[in-house]
Amino acid sequence: MSTDVMVAPAALDIQQIRNDFPILQTTVYGKPLVYLDNGATAQKPWAVLKAIEDYYTHLNSNVHRGVHHLSQKATDAYEASRRKVTAFLNARHDYEVIFTKGTTDAINLVAYSYGKQFVQEGDTVIVSAMEHHSNIVPWQIMCEDRKANLQVIPINEKGELLMDEFSALLNDKVKLIAVAYVSNTLGTINPVREIIAQAHQHNIPVLLDAAQAVQHIPVDVQELDVDFLVFSGHKIYGPTGIGILYGKEEWLNQMPPYQGGGSMIKQVTFAKTTYHDLPFRFEAGTPNIEACICLGTAIDYITGIGLPAIQQYEHELLEYATAQLLSIDKLRIIGTATQKSGVLSFIVEGVHPYDVGVILDNMGIAVRTGHHCTQPLMEFYGIPGTVRVSLAFYNTKEEIDQLAAGVKRAVTMLT
Amino acid sequence: MTINEIQDELIEEFSFFEDRNEKYEYIIQLGKELPLIEEAYKKDENLIRGCQAKVWLHADFRDGRVHFTADSDAIITKGLVSMVVRVLSGHTPGAIAQAELYFVDKIGLQGILSVTRSNGLLSMIKQMKLYAVALQTKTS
Repeated sequence: MSTDVMVAPAALDIQQIRNDFPILQTTVYGKPLVYLDNGATAQKPWAVLKAIEDYYTHLNSNVHRGVHHLSQKATDAYEASRRKVTAFLNARHDYEVIFTKGTTDAINLVAYSYGKQFVQEGDTVIVSAMEHHSNIVPWQIMCEDRKANLQVIPINEKGELLMDEFSALLNDKVKLIAVAYVSNTLGTINPVREIIAQAHQHNIPVLLDAAQAVQHIPVDVQELDVDFLVFSGHKIYGPTGIGILYGKEEWLNQMPPYQGGGSMIKQVTFAKTTYHDLPFRFEAGTPNIEACICLGTAIDYITGIGLPAIQQYEHELLEYATAQLLSIDKLRIIGTATQKSGVLSFIVEGVHPYDVGVILDNMGIAVRTGHHCTQPLMEFYGIPGTVRVSLAFYNTKEEIDQLAAGVKRAVTMLT
Repeated sequence: MTINEIQDELIEEFSFFEDRNEKYEYIIQLGKELPLIEEAYKKDENLIRGCQAKVWLHADFRDGRVHFTADSDAIITKGLVSMVVRVLSGHTPGAIAQAELYFVDKIGLQGILSVTRSNGLLSMIKQMKLYAVALQTKTS
């Protein structure tokens, strides 16, 4: 008998889970809140809210400096959180995990430091056509600075990367590939293993923007063999103002500091400054200590529920929502990749997405409308924007029913 | 009518509606009904680019007064735009520059200006005032 039989994850008790998130009890204009904007930011469970209170009530002190009791306790909690992230990503070493302000900050760090060290005039950086502005603009700035070129992996109408065209872009001039693991606008799960494997054949490192991935899909950086991976705390049920840069030791050790000051310093003289080892070299100034610690709590929370169970439930929810929305006349889903995470972008013929968003808000349903900071993608589809529904594991089929009824009502009002 | 009298008239019109839905339906109706701008003026240089909806604005100065026309690709924004045009159009540059727009809050759609902030409505009001100030400077 085979020993690696897949064990189906236990079903989630959604009502129990919803009780963990006090904000889900909110009413909007007298109606119960239906929160479907999780791709923008996720709500926080009691565990995280209590951890924030506990931090300021019992722990608040600066880290890595003080000899006193509180400072040592805060430092211990801070480093314990780093170890939680290390385990969560299955990184080889905890010093490969850098605390940043968020995904955008982490990408900017790599763009600046890696670019300074490794990118020369005439070199190339590759991004994809479905990137968020945060994974375009830092590379544009760096390429302009280094006189390098930015090239783009095109996509098909379904919102999938054209892998043949990707392969054709690879050559010795390519110094880095930066792609989203999951598209925030389309929900496409990109074939990141294949991208990484092909890139490594040319000795090109890969950065994965996992801001829309780590809360939905189990991620193992060693198994992926990815060189850099970034995500944000607030999208994974943790606080805002905190993000993670995972980087392989061999790359991070070769990269110059991004910002100076604070505990990134080993010794400063006016003649010369020497820098600390990883990870502190990239953590200038006083970090967002509370958020760093409480990110660990958020990770404990979702690990406790189990990402395989979350992934399975969200997939069911996505399929249900897709069917419900497609039953609406003249509604078109933008992003129909075979591999999708819990994002549903749509437009209704003859109706502006903004108008749909305002009417849904009026019914207490929170969705995102607009270009979702992916303007090149909107240009590709020739649309002004979409209505985006982004799911979390605390959402229910009943909420999807309310959404579908709300969209129908909005379309009647607007046409 | 002065700018404030028109605003008060709008507030009065909206006071007949009981709930938010009816107010939205009226705004949508205003957006659907009003032909706001000549097609020739719907060009890029007249475009106020917001995060979501597009707004086109054209200003015409005749007989000492500024006449605005505008449009938007989103119907709710268009309804709001039509109200702003109704309030500010046909007044002297000085009156427009000094006008304080309170009607959107008063009609009882809390948050609609903040919802719309990124959509160019506030940019549009700012642009209208800039036209007025520029004309005021030119004519004084």
